[in-house]
Amino acid sequence: MELVVFYLFAALAVVTALVVVFVQRAVYGALSLIVCFAAIAGLFVQMEAKFLGAIQIIVYAGAIMVLFLFVIMLLDPQKEIFVGRKPALLIYASPLVIFFGYVLLRALLDAPQPAQGSLAERGAIREVAHALFQDYLLPFELTGILILVAVLGAMVLTKRRPAETE
Amino acid sequence: MLESFWILLLFPLAGAAVNGLCGKRLPHKLIGLIACGAVLASFLVAALAFVELTGRAADDRLVTVSLFTWIEAGEFVSRAAFLFDPLSAVMILIVTGVGFLIHVYSIGYMHGEDGYYRYFSYLNLFIFMMSLLVLGDNFLVMFVGWEGVGLCSYLLIGYYFKERFAGDAAKKAFVVNRVGDFAFLLGLFLIFREFGSITYLDAFQSVQSSYPGMETGFGILSLITLLLFIGATGKSAQTPLYVWLPDAMAGPTPVSALIHAATMVTAGVYMIARCSPLYSRAPETLLIVAVVGAATALLAALIAIGQRDIKKVLAYSTVSQLGYMFVACGVGAYAAGIFHLMTHAFFKALLFLGSGSVILAMHHQQNIFKMGGLKKYLPYTWGVMLVATLAIAGVPGLSGFFSKDEILWQAFSSPQGHPLIWALGVAVAGLTAFYMFRMLFLTFHGQERIEMGHHDDSHGEDDHSHHDAKPQEPGWSVRGPLGVLAVLSVLGGLVGLPAWLASTNQLHHFLEPSFHYQFVPEAHGEHSHALEMGLAGVTTLIGLMGIFVAYTAYLRRPHLPEQVSQRLSGLYRLIRQKFLVDEAYDAVIIRPTHWLSKNVLWKVFDDGVIDGAVNGTATVVQIWAQQLRKIQNGYVRSYATWILLGTALLFAYFSYFAA
Amino acid sequence: MVPTSHYLILGAILFAIGSFGVIFRRNAITMFMCVEIMLNAVNLTLVAYSRSFNQVDGQIFVIFVMVVAAAEAAVGLALIVLLNKRRGTLDVDQIDTMRW
Repeated sequence: MELVVFYLFAALAVVTALVVVFVQRAVYGALSLIVCFAAIAGLFVQMEAKFLGAIQIIVYAGAIMVLFLFVIMLLDPQKEIFVGRKPALLIYASPLVIFFGYVLLRALLDAPQPAQGSLAERGAIREVAHALFQDYLLPFELTGILILVAVLGAMVLTKRRPAETE
Repeated sequence: MLESFWILLLFPLAGAAVNGLCGKRLPHKLIGLIACGAVLASFLVAALAFVELTGRAADDRLVTVSLFTWIEAGEFVSRAAFLFDPLSAVMILIVTGVGFLIHVYSIGYMHGEDGYYRYFSYLNLFIFMMSLLVLGDNFLVMFVGWEGVGLCSYLLIGYYFKERFAGDAAKKAFVVNRVGDFAFLLGLFLIFREFGSITYLDAFQSVQSSYPGMETGFGILSLITLLLFIGATGKSAQTPLYVWLPDAMAGPTPVSALIHAATMVTAGVYMIARCSPLYSRAPETLLIVAVVGAATALLAALIAIGQRDIKKVLAYSTVSQLGYMFVACGVGAYAAGIFHLMTHAFFKALLFLGSGSVILAMHHQQNIFKMGGLKKYLPYTWGVMLVATLAIAGVPGLSGFFSKDEILWQAFSSPQGHPLIWALGVAVAGLTAFYMFRMLFLTFHGQERIEMGHHDDSHGEDDHSHHDAKPQEPGWSVRGPLGVLAVLSVLGGLVGLPAWLASTNQLHHFLEPSFHYQFVPEAHGEHSHALEMGLAGVTTLIGLMGIFVAYTAYLRRPHLPEQVSQRLSGLYRLIRQKFLVDEAYDAVIIRPTHWLSKNVLWKVFDDGVIDGAVNGTATVVQIWAQQLRKIQNGYVRSYATWILLGTALLFAYFSYFAA
Repeated sequence: MVPTSHYLILGAILFAIGSFGVIFRRNAITMFMCVEIMLNAVNLTLVAYSRSFNQVDGQIFVIFVMVVAAAEAAVGLALIVLLNKRRGTLDVDQIDTMRW
């Protein structure tokens, strides 16, 4: 049963990812990406990472992708013609990516995979909270500053300067 | 007090720092006061420490103070440590005492010169470095002082750096000293390798235990001492490295007195005396030292006869007298060498300062053939110069007589001495008396041939307006030190009265503990006091003969020198041209070096190999960059592809090869 | 229980798809979305290992990755907006000023 659920989510994620890559209109791509993220969130939950599944939906599929959609609608990009000024890249890209995927897979599968336990028994969210607010407190606080800087950066970049006449 | 004698180092250093850093904004009087005060303070500390030292028992007269560990690397340890024993006590008294007098003199002599503060800052720095040299308790501290005084010498010779000859003379002094210093440094390395320590006492103890007697043949000990001696020939202006000293007269006259007569040039003698435990065991080197000393004494005395510049005469005289000191060291009579070092410091400083007084009165005219008859205008200067000249000529009763006579006696009677060396010494004594009185007569007596100098410095305008004025005695700050030095030149010999006059030789007795580790060879048979007295009589007679010849040639029959020089024109020209030593060095060393540097090292090696390597590297980089830069084509997607390829290859490497 | 290797394979496939997108697409926004796919593939692997090692640290890293992704999206999208305003295009092939 679990395996069936896994294959369902996996197929969904792969297909939607492919849609993002190959669809010509960016809006469709963004909508497809939301579905992809939701599928990955489902896989997180399946792996007992329920907290992550929740914030995957809220932060990624929710906040970040809404931001993407806003920008896409704001800029209204044209239908994309894939062959650009570097057509040779298309010929290199496919074999390169297949080669890359292969070596990546080899590296991942060669890595040690000890016997699986289950975090669920000890309450995964409690564990996450413990680690986040005790062991990783300082990095966690620093991420707050990082986000603040990012917000300021975004504002500074897009602000219309008084001297600028466009 | 005795334990903290090292604070005397701090005063001149502080004085040099204050004058050097903010002297430009200080009034001249204050600059002179600071500089003199610093040296006076050092002298007083040295004197107090000396008095305390004499109060101790003879075998207890040694104090070492270690301030901090300077260098520590493996077995090698060098401490900033200082040693106060009879030998360094005598040296530091000479350095600070004569140094103080010359500082005071400089106030008057350097009045109105450009860079007044610079002069006093260098002079104080020199006193500091010289104190380091004589007070150091190991070879490295001595070497620091050794190099430091070389630096001060360079700076002060080149004091009038706007004149080309002064800069050239300074460079010459520096380069020639470098030759000696290189050998000196090699000697230090060998000492550490052989004896495992560069601290005097440790090294000497090690020498004593490994060499109970003299070294036979030319061994490692002879090599060490020879290398150190080569260093001494550089610093103390001995053959073959003496050539820098006469040129060093380009510096101000007080500098010549302090550095190039009384103190720095005697550093080599001090070093050999300090290393007497090494030298006394290396008979081969001792012979070389004695022969080089005697040869230098003779050579320089001969050259001095033909010189016309008052300071050049004194410079060659200094080289000659230093030769005496090395003769003393070479025959194993280190105390006699130090004795002569001391008396020489007195009368030669006096001679230089006196000549400075003459030069000042003559508006920087230095040619003695353009003086004459100055006795009338400068009676005081004449008086003190006469005293100094009598002292250096070895007239009985004055300081030079006792010290020179002792060296000659040791050269005759010591187991390492030889009558031939004695004979050379006596001949030099006669020559010394001759050329010194030649200088005195030409300067102060006889016909007036006065031609004032044209020295353009800060008070150049005064010069021209006073050109017709008669020479005048300089002020009190010049005359005061002259008087003190004159008294010392007369009485300085009393500390080392010979055996036939006094029961004990005070100076020898005092210095004895410093030569504790030296090896004393057995003397062959006793010499009687009568013989010693008789030989002293011979020397005195020769000296008086030199004076008489000078009197005849330059006062009674002024045309005689010209006739003699025409008769012996070849020899005379050789002497006038200083035996062509500078020209020989020029032809044998400087020109080939120049040629090699220009035609091989510059045009082939530098232009070809070094520039070729540098430019070649640049060209290769440029060729490759020309091609490689095409990767940076501005397409982000292309960059991403390269990154992906690189990552894939890295993964592949780690998966298939590194695992 | 699903074996860890399944998740790893899925992660590798998603990562490859994302990287292909970055090379293949010319639209800056779409490239950005492909980068997000790659990040999610990494997150998936991290969680899979976290479960495999029975340690929670992997999940903490995922949280940090999300935070960084959010910050990156904010700044990156701002840059894209600015770029569009200046150049009037989103085609990265048109933007090649920084070249030899």
